[in-house]
Amino acid sequence: MTATVGQHAQAAARASDVWKVYGSGEAQVVALRGVSAEFERGRFTAIMGPSGSGKSTLMHCLAGLDSVTRGTVSIGETKVTGLNDSGLTKLRRDRVGFIFQQFNLLPTLTAKENILLPLSIAGRRPDQAWYDTVIATVGLRDRLDHRPAQLSGGQQQRVACARALVARPEVIFADEPTGNLDSRAGAEVLGFLRNSVREHGQTIVMVTHDPTAAAYADRVVFLADGQIVSELIEPTAETVLDTMKKLDTPAEVTR
Amino acid sequence: MFRATLKSLLARKVRLILSGLAVVLGVMFVSGAFVLTDTLGRSFDAIFADAYEGVDVNVAARPKIDVGETEGMPVVPEPVPAAVLEKIRAVPGVAEATGLVAVDGARLIGANGKVVASFGPPQLGENWTGESELVQLREGRAPQADDEIVVNRALATAGKVKVGDRVGVLTLQPKQEFTIVGVFGYSGGRDSIGGANEIMFTTPVAQRLMLGTPGTFSNISVTAAGGVSDAALRDSVAAAVGADFEVRTGTQLSEEAAAGMKEALSFFNRILLGFAAVALLVGTFLILNTFSIIVAQRTRELALMRAVGASRRQVIGSVVLEAVAVGLVASVLGLGAGIGIGALLAYLFSTFAGGLTLAGIGVPLSAVVGAFAVGLVITVVAALLPALRASRIPPIAAMQDVATPDRPLTRVTVAGAVVTAVGGALLALGLTGNAGGNTLATILGGVLFAFIGVALLTPLISRPVVGLLGAVFAWSVPGKLGRLNSGRNPRRTAITAAALMVGIALVTGVTVILDSAKSSIGGLAQDNLKAELVIAGAQSGPRPPSFDPAVLEKAAAIPGVRLVDGEYGDLAMVGGQRTWVAASSDIAALRQIFGAEPTAGDIDRLAPDEMLVSSDTATARGLSVGSKVPVQTSRGEARTYTVTGIYAASQLTNPVVLPAEAARGFTIPQPIQGFIQLAPGTRVADVQPRIEALLADSPEVSVADREAFIEQQTGQLDGLLTMIQILLALAIVIAVLGIVNTLALSVLERTRELGLLRAIGLRRAQTMRMITVEAVVISVFGALLGVVVGAGLGAAVVEALRDEGITDLVLPWTQMGIFLGLAAIVGVVAAALPAVRAARINVLGAIAHD
Ligand SMILES: Nc1ncnc2c1ncn2[C@@H]1O[C@H](COP(=O)(O)OP(=O)(O)O)[C@@H](O)[C@H]1O
Ligand SMILES: [Mg+2]
Repeated sequence: MTATVGQHAQAAARASDVWKVYGSGEAQVVALRGVSAEFERGRFTAIMGPSGSGKSTLMHCLAGLDSVTRGTVSIGETKVTGLNDSGLTKLRRDRVGFIFQQFNLLPTLTAKENILLPLSIAGRRPDQAWYDTVIATVGLRDRLDHRPAQLSGGQQQRVACARALVARPEVIFADEPTGNLDSRAGAEVLGFLRNSVREHGQTIVMVTHDPTAAAYADRVVFLADGQIVSELIEPTAETVLDTMKKLDTPAEVTR
Repeated sequence: MFRATLKSLLARKVRLILSGLAVVLGVMFVSGAFVLTDTLGRSFDAIFADAYEGVDVNVAARPKIDVGETEGMPVVPEPVPAAVLEKIRAVPGVAEATGLVAVDGARLIGANGKVVASFGPPQLGENWTGESELVQLREGRAPQADDEIVVNRALATAGKVKVGDRVGVLTLQPKQEFTIVGVFGYSGGRDSIGGANEIMFTTPVAQRLMLGTPGTFSNISVTAAGGVSDAALRDSVAAAVGADFEVRTGTQLSEEAAAGMKEALSFFNRILLGFAAVALLVGTFLILNTFSIIVAQRTRELALMRAVGASRRQVIGSVVLEAVAVGLVASVLGLGAGIGIGALLAYLFSTFAGGLTLAGIGVPLSAVVGAFAVGLVITVVAALLPALRASRIPPIAAMQDVATPDRPLTRVTVAGAVVTAVGGALLALGLTGNAGGNTLATILGGVLFAFIGVALLTPLISRPVVGLLGAVFAWSVPGKLGRLNSGRNPRRTAITAAALMVGIALVTGVTVILDSAKSSIGGLAQDNLKAELVIAGAQSGPRPPSFDPAVLEKAAAIPGVRLVDGEYGDLAMVGGQRTWVAASSDIAALRQIFGAEPTAGDIDRLAPDEMLVSSDTATARGLSVGSKVPVQTSRGEARTYTVTGIYAASQLTNPVVLPAEAARGFTIPQPIQGFIQLAPGTRVADVQPRIEALLADSPEVSVADREAFIEQQTGQLDGLLTMIQILLALAIVIAVLGIVNTLALSVLERTRELGLLRAIGLRRAQTMRMITVEAVVISVFGALLGVVVGAGLGAAVVEALRDEGITDLVLPWTQMGIFLGLAAIVGVVAAALPAVRAARINVLGAIAHD
């Protein structure tokens, strides 16, 4: 039943037989059913699947935002499962970056302050050269002093990406980062995420339900009903769509 | 619509609890004041009914000076000659007539050598007329010899004295010694009636010591023979004794006594209600804020209601309905709490006032009506603005991701400027005495308008000031975030801070006024008082402390003492007007010690039929040297005095100075203060102990050097200040609740943001620090506003009182600094709960939260 995908020694994040059960009794929902997966360093992995398949849950568990019911999760060499709140906070602060679908920025801070926020919280100084690189890549140089309310959705999301990148975390988790953007702005953000992987060796795990978005990744992991059901390496929009179609008819699930 | 409102109300009950709490506290204050005064009022009714229980008809002579409850002097009864008693005994229908002496002013020196103090109830010196249904000996026997007394149980307990003890008693006469031969109480096991301390002498001694005239009584108690009604008896007795006497039934007496007491109580009630009003004003700010925030947070929901067809009126209705519900619940709770507080205060009062037997705690209609009127009206009025704002939410807001843009502050600012100006104008009008008969109302109105005006201006001021204040915390990331948060919604921050401002401004204002008064009085004394030693005592009850006049002569004989002036004081009828008069034991000494200068005539000597007046009094009453003025003191016959000198008003505060002989007719025929000037080169420390020794038998007073005396005099203002501060503390507590509330609501509103911050690595402690900084910035801002506004108001009042002798303006910098410091602490405390809540936010839940 359970497939462990991506057998690489250098995993940035790893899930082993992860189960996640919400609620109890009648209202019980099993969101993840024994998921094992590894996400290699320096790669851009997409987690695909129909709505409700457990993509976000898996990502939350991997990132230490949520606890698992059974199984273990690790980031690099660190076992996330069992860390207390301050351990988790430290993990998120120092080793993980996030990009969410919405509400990504603090409205009171300027773009620049938002970008530097994780570093300020950690009390670390930004690496100036890297900071310049990131700003240049996201193309926000002339928007740095604006507040989120003065930025378009795409610009806001690029600020969020820059914020995740500037701290150089071991892994960036992105949950539907283009979900709220139009296709052009979405393409910009995705291209830019891919570049950060290709050119700077960043590790990114992205949850999406959009085949076009998934096609930007190096590898796609498919989730259905809380289980990993398939995987594609070097996907294109067509191959992803095909796989998705097969998943929609459960009888033809391939493994 | 109604059900939707109720549901949303229940869903947000936690948010409403805090704002409701503000109403609860205000209502509690209001209803508590009514319950307290009602309970005390009924207790006094009962006491006076008891006190006159055995009296069918009472006969007394009209007092020479009619003194009101609050004028600071006990009434001196006009003695009733014994012949009148005989006359009454002959009246048909009279079963028994007893001549009584019952006069305030018999002070027992307790086992500790100090006078047993009373804080209100009388200290009666009486004649023993035997046991009755009411009065019962508990121990010992009746007084038979001149040096024997009985005391009531309450006094024996308070003074820690017992049968057989030899004790000192102060009366019209200086200390005299007596043996306690008995202790008495009252029917029903009561130790006193209404907390009064009572000493009973034999009749001749009581007459001499308490009335000053042998063979007279203060009043005559008459009982009716069977079948004669009290009223009928009163009329026949009145006819027999003539118009010089007041003849009243026992019921009339107790009603009159209770009415006097109730007048004082209703004054007290009004003061409490005034403070309640302040608390409610602050509560109004808080409710306004809560509803504004709730409406802002519910924008989507309200827009959806509009989109599906709710009218504007319905939206307003739903918000107002919510306010009504909150107001109702808060009124009920506040009334309950008020009854509790009222009962508690009544209990404390009764214990403090020495065993006042409390009537059952009642809930007067006024308390109930007051509670609901205040609770409902305040809540609904405060919710009206937010309700209007809610009704303006366009239906389209339901579809949009609304980040309600901050509306410009122009209109609020203009309104604020106008209201502040109106307040300032009213204040100016009131303070310059141009408001006709409504000075107090005008000033209070001015203060209220000024507060509201400043509150409206606050959003504008908040940006720069909060930015500046926040800069202090900008060194840490949480600090910076907190600062930004406190500046992000100027209106919200402003109202929260303004609520705190009101309390602090009032406390600061009062402190400025009292400190200025203190300094002015102290300064005046420093400049004018040329006495190294002063004999005086601290006043506890209605009667000022006094001492044996013999002390003055003995003090004058001490080597190194140059001048001694003993001062007597009383309320007297001068030229038909009630006037405070002073008498001096040595007019020449008085002049030198106070550095008084004549503006006309001679102020160095005073024959027994001469008087001095101040230049003010002379002008006001058209007096000049040579004027003849009839003076009636509280005892003795009226006398005509000739004005022989007029002194500059600023140097002596008394309007009239009479010769020493006149003091025999004063309520207290003993000096109240003594001023001693030493010969040059004499050490104060050499003389002081010798005067102290002279005062051994006058335990009400002590001798102090000049600095200590000035301190004593002005120290009484400190007590007043403390009391005002305690009463205003409630307003400040409510304002603190307001900060808690605003923060709690903000935390709720920013759940997502907090989740994001936590997700990207903000530690719990950092999260808490962020919220704390926000709270501290808001509360320090409020305190700053309060201190500034309060200092301004205080300074304005002091300026207006310049002519009344308050010439120094003292700004209490230390106090103001303390307020700011306290505000910072308050901020930390207020932030505690919201901060914990923020730190506990489930990161995932917050991010996923839609
Ligand atoms: N907090 C929760 N409580 C109960 N059930 C949940 C919760 N979060 C997610 N679920 C359920 O878990 C399943 C997976 O959810 P999710 O991971 O959000 O799916 P996806 O992101 O793939 O759309 C769904 O059936 C969802 O209803
Ligand atoms: Mg999802």
